[in-house]
Amino acid sequence: MNPTLQLFLIISAALFCIGLLAALSRRHAIFILIGIEMMLAAAGLNFIAFWRFAPQPAPPTGVMVTVFAIAIAAAEAAVGLALVITVYRHYRTTNVDQIDQLKG
Amino acid sequence: MNSVAFVVIAILTLAAALAAASLQKLIHAALCFAAAFVGVAAFYFLLGAEFVGLVQVFVYVGAVAVLIVFTILLTRRDAERERGFHWSGALIALAIFAGLLWAIVRTSGLSVAAPWIAPLTVRQIGEALMTDYVWPLQCLGLVLTAALIGALVLVMEEKG
Amino acid sequence: MSRFLDQIFVLAKQRLLSQLTDAPDWVGQTVSSLLNISALLVVFLSLFALISVLERKILARIQNRIGPNRVGPFGLLQPAADGIKMLIKEDIVPLRADKVMHFLAPILMAATAILALGVIPYGRNMTPFAIDGGILFFFAIGSTTELSVFMAGWGSNNKFSMLGAMRAIAQMISYELPLIITVLPVVMVAGSLRPDAIVAAQGGYSLGIVPRWFVFTPWGAAAFILFFISGLVESNRTPFDVPEGESEIVAGHMTEYSGFKYATFFLAEYFGMFAISGLAVTLFLGGWHAPLPILEFVPSYAWFFAKLSVLLFVFIWIRGTLPRTRVDQVMSFAWKFMLPMAFACLLAAAVWHYEGRAFAGWLWSLGVIALVYFALSRILETGRKFAPRTYRFAE
Repeated sequence: MNPTLQLFLIISAALFCIGLLAALSRRHAIFILIGIEMMLAAAGLNFIAFWRFAPQPAPPTGVMVTVFAIAIAAAEAAVGLALVITVYRHYRTTNVDQIDQLKG
Repeated sequence: MNSVAFVVIAILTLAAALAAASLQKLIHAALCFAAAFVGVAAFYFLLGAEFVGLVQVFVYVGAVAVLIVFTILLTRRDAERERGFHWSGALIALAIFAGLLWAIVRTSGLSVAAPWIAPLTVRQIGEALMTDYVWPLQCLGLVLTAALIGALVLVMEEKG
Repeated sequence: MSRFLDQIFVLAKQRLLSQLTDAPDWVGQTVSSLLNISALLVVFLSLFALISVLERKILARIQNRIGPNRVGPFGLLQPAADGIKMLIKEDIVPLRADKVMHFLAPILMAATAILALGVIPYGRNMTPFAIDGGILFFFAIGSTTELSVFMAGWGSNNKFSMLGAMRAIAQMISYELPLIITVLPVVMVAGSLRPDAIVAAQGGYSLGIVPRWFVFTPWGAAAFILFFISGLVESNRTPFDVPEGESEIVAGHMTEYSGFKYATFFLAEYFGMFAISGLAVTLFLGGWHAPLPILEFVPSYAWFFAKLSVLLFVFIWIRGTLPRTRVDQVMSFAWKFMLPMAFACLLAAAVWHYEGRAFAGWLWSLGVIALVYFALSRILETGRKFAPRTYRFAE
């Protein structure tokens, strides 16, 4: 038995929800970033799976979107982590619940 | 496509992802995050998109994981142990997972087997990047440069 | 006859696999992979043993000593004695260490170093793991080394380990940029990320005598030197062994390791050195191609390993000759000199290609490289920095 598209979608849904769990329930800013990255990876997995299971021959659109998504995610992680460091310098904390002021 | 490989990779990826989301120590979570992304890259390999899998390992394990680890070290006083866990988040995530699962299982026509596919070569991807996707590629270069400069400006020590 | 000698290992493997024609597909594939892996391990573990004693002997000669000569003929059994000594040593794990990470770090490091060796073509039809993005695979695997260094540093729970790991990661990341950018012109000219295709692109001879290796073009020569320097840094060798400088931070991230785990780090370092030299041979020195048409009868793998040995000798020679650089000099060298020069190589290769890959292109690309080089030395004022020092004494 070979894995079907359904199984891949279930895996990526599980990955997405684990990412959501990390982003929503953890209080540390870095965990939130990790969660967001995981959700992006789940989306990429979906794109690749749909490309692979599409009727052939199909243009590699899913692959291209995933490559671009990875690059964007890298940029997002760099800026996000820079923000975490800056916030930590200001407030001496990385707990997002304690960073609730609009004025620095 | 091999079902044994699929099961092994699925278990490893999801276990590592769950560990990354729930471990107490941040450093361990960051390393499990890297492991989870190696698992996702293995999925890409399994699906025949070798290039994307390699890019995934290169970018996430080689760059993003190291960045996260550095950030943890730079914000270390706070990073040792994390306090507080919002159970409502877990409930929402579980509810969304149930909804997605219901949608996937109920949709007919998803349990198709993979068709035969000509291997996707790096040359094909390169040609697509230079023809159909050349404008997105340029924009991406701009975004990455902006992100680089932005991140540098953000973390630069304020003088005076 | 020479054809047969050239393909002897390939034929032997096919002979072994032909016993399995009745077996299902996956058995054949698994056996084939296992054969490749075991051949790789046998060759490189013996090369590791050999080079560890040769390095000590060559270093000794450079320093006007004799070197190890007690165990076996000419001291050649020294690695066996060292191995036994390492095996029976006590394995010390610090009390407050992060046990799992402390244990996993050396394993991960050695495993990735061995994986990276898999994509290099060792001879005609002799690539253990031929995938389409081989070069990308090499660097993707190589970039995980940083995480294992970090795991070693953090897991030891020792400030010297942590400082050493931070130094190592910082310098590896800085030099990864020139390392990869110097590979780009080769990939561009060969038009492929597959190591076999890159080697094939360097076959043949121009003017009937000079091999078409990339190192004989101006951009190739410059890129090769930059690649080699970056390779020295990536494998933490002298003069860039700042992360484990004994006089400053004990042994860096390996401070808290003893016994066989320390030996594993040692092994990983050497395997990394083999991998980076093997890639340099593949990319710039023509892989397994013979240097002269009349020498084509020598088997291809012999040429590969001959070139590899020359590069390894240069590694050892540099270790015996140069002092350790200062940590800030290492970093500013990477960002101010290596990176712009790497981009200049890219430009020069493009010029070479558009001038028709002939003598005119050769001169033009030499011009580009020379222009950038002199401009950089002017901007960085190397003349002032490297002028003979003047000492002023109290009078």
